[in-house]
Amino acid sequence: MMSFKPVLLMSDLLLLLLIVGAIVLVIVNRRSEPLRAAWQRIAGNPVGMASATLLSAFALIGLLDSMHYQPKLAQQQGSAANYSVEVLSVLDRTLMPLRTNTEKTYSAPLATNLFAMETAEDGKARSYPRLRYGGAHLGADLEQHAEDVAQRGTRGATVGLLLWLAVLAAMWLREKDDMARRKALFVKWWPVLAMLLFVALAGGVVGGLSSGYHVFGTDKVGQDVLYLSLKSIRTGLLLGTLTTLIMLPAAIFLGILAGYVGGWVDDLIQYVYTTLNSIPDVLLIAAAVLMMQVVIDTHPAWFSSSAERADARLLALCIIMGITSWTGLCRLLRGETLKLRELEYVQAARAFGVSRLGVMLRHILPNLTHIVLITTVMDFSRLVLAEAVLSYVGVGVDPSTISFGTMIDAARMELAREPMVWWSLTAAFGFMFLLVLAANLFADAVRDAFDPKVS
Amino acid sequence: MFAYLLRRVLYAIPILIGVNVITFALFFVVNTPDDMARLQLGVKRVTPDAIQKWKAERGYDRPLLWNEAGQGAAKLTETIFYAKSVRMFAFDFGRADDGRDIAREIRSRALPSLAIALPVFVLGLFSSVCFALVLVFYRATRLDFYGTVLCVAMMSVSGLFYIIGGQWVVAKVWQWVPISGYASGFDGIKFLLLPIAISVIGGIGPGARWYRTIFLDEIGRDYVRTARAKGLSENVILFRHVLKNGMVPILTGVVVVIPTLFMGSLLLESFFGIPGLGSYTIEAIGAQDFAVVRAMVFIGTVLYILGLLLTDISYTMVDPRVRLQ
Repeated sequence: MMSFKPVLLMSDLLLLLLIVGAIVLVIVNRRSEPLRAAWQRIAGNPVGMASATLLSAFALIGLLDSMHYQPKLAQQQGSAANYSVEVLSVLDRTLMPLRTNTEKTYSAPLATNLFAMETAEDGKARSYPRLRYGGAHLGADLEQHAEDVAQRGTRGATVGLLLWLAVLAAMWLREKDDMARRKALFVKWWPVLAMLLFVALAGGVVGGLSSGYHVFGTDKVGQDVLYLSLKSIRTGLLLGTLTTLIMLPAAIFLGILAGYVGGWVDDLIQYVYTTLNSIPDVLLIAAAVLMMQVVIDTHPAWFSSSAERADARLLALCIIMGITSWTGLCRLLRGETLKLRELEYVQAARAFGVSRLGVMLRHILPNLTHIVLITTVMDFSRLVLAEAVLSYVGVGVDPSTISFGTMIDAARMELAREPMVWWSLTAAFGFMFLLVLAANLFADAVRDAFDPKVS
Repeated sequence: MFAYLLRRVLYAIPILIGVNVITFALFFVVNTPDDMARLQLGVKRVTPDAIQKWKAERGYDRPLLWNEAGQGAAKLTETIFYAKSVRMFAFDFGRADDGRDIAREIRSRALPSLAIALPVFVLGLFSSVCFALVLVFYRATRLDFYGTVLCVAMMSVSGLFYIIGGQWVVAKVWQWVPISGYASGFDGIKFLLLPIAISVIGGIGPGARWYRTIFLDEIGRDYVRTARAKGLSENVILFRHVLKNGMVPILTGVVVVIPTLFMGSLLLESFFGIPGLGSYTIEAIGAQDFAVVRAMVFIGTVLYILGLLLTDISYTMVDPRVRLQ
C-alpha cells in the first residue's frame, strides 16, 4: 500500500504539457542550422548563461512544488485507506519543519523571542515570550545565540561549498574523459559555475540557519517567511509560462491566417484583436476575474478540495491574462507573414502547387519561430510583475494561494506598525527581484541571439 | 485628411459595439443577475424575495435581450441589454451601488487623476529621454554598459516596491511630505510631489532602455554618416539630427496614452489616497460594484480609441512623408 496518493492538479498537467512542448522545441531546433547557431550564441553569452542557471534553480523549486500528493491518514484496522484532504507537494515534504513549525505571530529574522510584548500567565510581567521553534534548542542559554548563528551559517556554507566542489570535479572529470565533447567548447562554463557557487553558498547558509531558526522571520500568523517565499516561486513561474502557453496557439494560428489569407479573414481577425486590445488590460482582467470568481463561488460542487479551487482560479487568471496579451504577438506575426508571403521562396512553393496550409505550416511558421520565442521570454517577467499588482488590486490569485502578490498584500500594512515589520516585504521583493532580473537578462540574451536585426 | 478621420471615427463604432457586447456577455451572460445577487447578499440572507428586491433596486429584473411583455419598441428597450449596455453610448452610466450618479462621480474625479498623470507623463518622458541621451552619448563605454545594467535592474523591481519603499522613506522616515491625502489647488502640491517622483523614477528603467535602442538605431543611419563626413561635431549630430529624428518614433509611440491619462493610475492613487478615477476603479473592484467597473471599461476603451486616432494624426504632423488617405 502506498502511503500517499498522487494528485494531478490542472496546472500540474499543463506544466507537464509545457515541458513536453519544450522538449519538442529542442528537437525541432536541433534540426535547423540557424536555430542551432542562435542557441550556440546564447551558450557563449556569459550573462545569458548565468541568468539561465539562476532561472533553472527557480524552475527546480517550482517543479518540486508541482508534484502534488495527499498523504495517508493514520488508519484503523480493517477500514479503507483514508487520505488527508490537504494537498501537499514534494517541496512541502522537503521543507516539512518550515511548514509545520509555526509561531504565534510576528518574529524577526533569526529571532529567539516573539516580536510583540505579551502579558505572562500570572497577569503581571509583560515580556517578549520565547518562540516555540526558533532557537528553541538554545534552552535558557541565550548568550550563545550569536555564536550558534555563526556556527550554523558556516556549517551550511561549508556543505554548499563541498557540493559545488563535487559538481566542479564531476565536470572536470567528464571534460577530460570525453574528448568528443570538444564541440561543446563554445559553451561558456565559468558564469554557470560562478552562479552555481552563489546559489550553493546562499542556499547552504540559509539551509544551515533554517535548521534552528526562522531565517526570514515569521508573518502575522506565525508562518515562516522563507517557506512562503519558496512557495511563491511556483505561482510566479506558472503565471509567467502558462499564460503564454495558453495564448500561443491562438496567436500563431490567427496571426498567420490573417497575414497569409488576407481579405475578409484578415479584416475579421484584425477587428477581433483591435477590439480586445481597446479595453484597458487591468480593467478587462478585473472584470473577467470578478466574473470567474462568481462562477467558482456559485459552483462549489465542481471542486473536490480547496487546492483545486485555488488552482482553478490560478488557471482562470492565466487564461484571462493570455486573452489580454495575445493581441500583440498576433499583430507582430501578421505583419511578418505579410512580408514573408511576398518572398520568392514562398511564391516558388505556391507555383509548385503546395497547398495553402502546406505553405503556412512548412514555409511560413518555421520562419516566425524567433518572433514567438523572443515574445515568450520577454513576456515572462512582465507577467510575474503583473501578478503582484493584480493581487494587490484584489483580482489576482486566490487569497489562499501563496504568491508574491498575496505576500506583499498581506505585509503592506505592517510598515505602519511601530516598530516596523520589514522582513516579509523584503523577502517577497527580494525573491521577486532575483527571478525577474534573471528572466530579463535571459530574455535579452535570447533576443540578441535570435533577432536578425540585432546581429 | 478629413475623409480619413471620418472613416476612422466610423471604424471606432463597431469596435465600441464589440467591447459593449464583450462586457455584456461577461457581466450578464456568464453570470445571471441572480448569481450576482446571491454573491452580494451573502449566503445567509438569500431568499427569493431578497434576490428580487436586489435586482429591482438596480434594474436587473428585466429580461436580458427581448421583453415579451412590452409594447412595440419597449420590447427592445425594456431589457437589461438596452438599459445597461446600449445607454452607455450616450454616456449614461446609471447609478453605483451606493446610489451615486456614476457620470457625475467620473467628472469630479477626472481632475485629480490628471493632476498626477499629466506631470508624470511629461516629466517621465523628459527624464527618460535625457537618461537615454547620456547613455547614447557615451555609447560603447563603461558608463553605457553600467547604465544599461541599471536600467534592466530598475525594470526588474516591482512597481509596488517603488511605491511602498518611497512612501516609507520619504514620507515616514524623513517626513518631507504627508503620507497620503489630497487637496485641490495649490495646497495639493505637497500631496502630489511624492507620487509623481516615484512614478517618474519607476518609469525611467524601461523608458530609457527603449529610447536608447531607438537612438542607437538612428545613429547607424546614412544621414549620420553624411553629417560626420561634413565635419559636424558629435554633439551637433546627437542633439540636432539624432534627437530630432529619434523623437519621431518616441512621440508617436507615446501619443496613444495621452487620452488614457484621465483614467489615472490604479496603484498610485490608492496608495496615496488621491480621489481620482484610478482609486475609484479599485474601490469598485473591491466592493464588486459591477456598474462602475462596466462604466470604466467603456470609458477606457473610448479614450484608447481616441489615442489611436491621435497617433495617426501625429504621424502626419511630425513626418511629412506620411499621408493619410
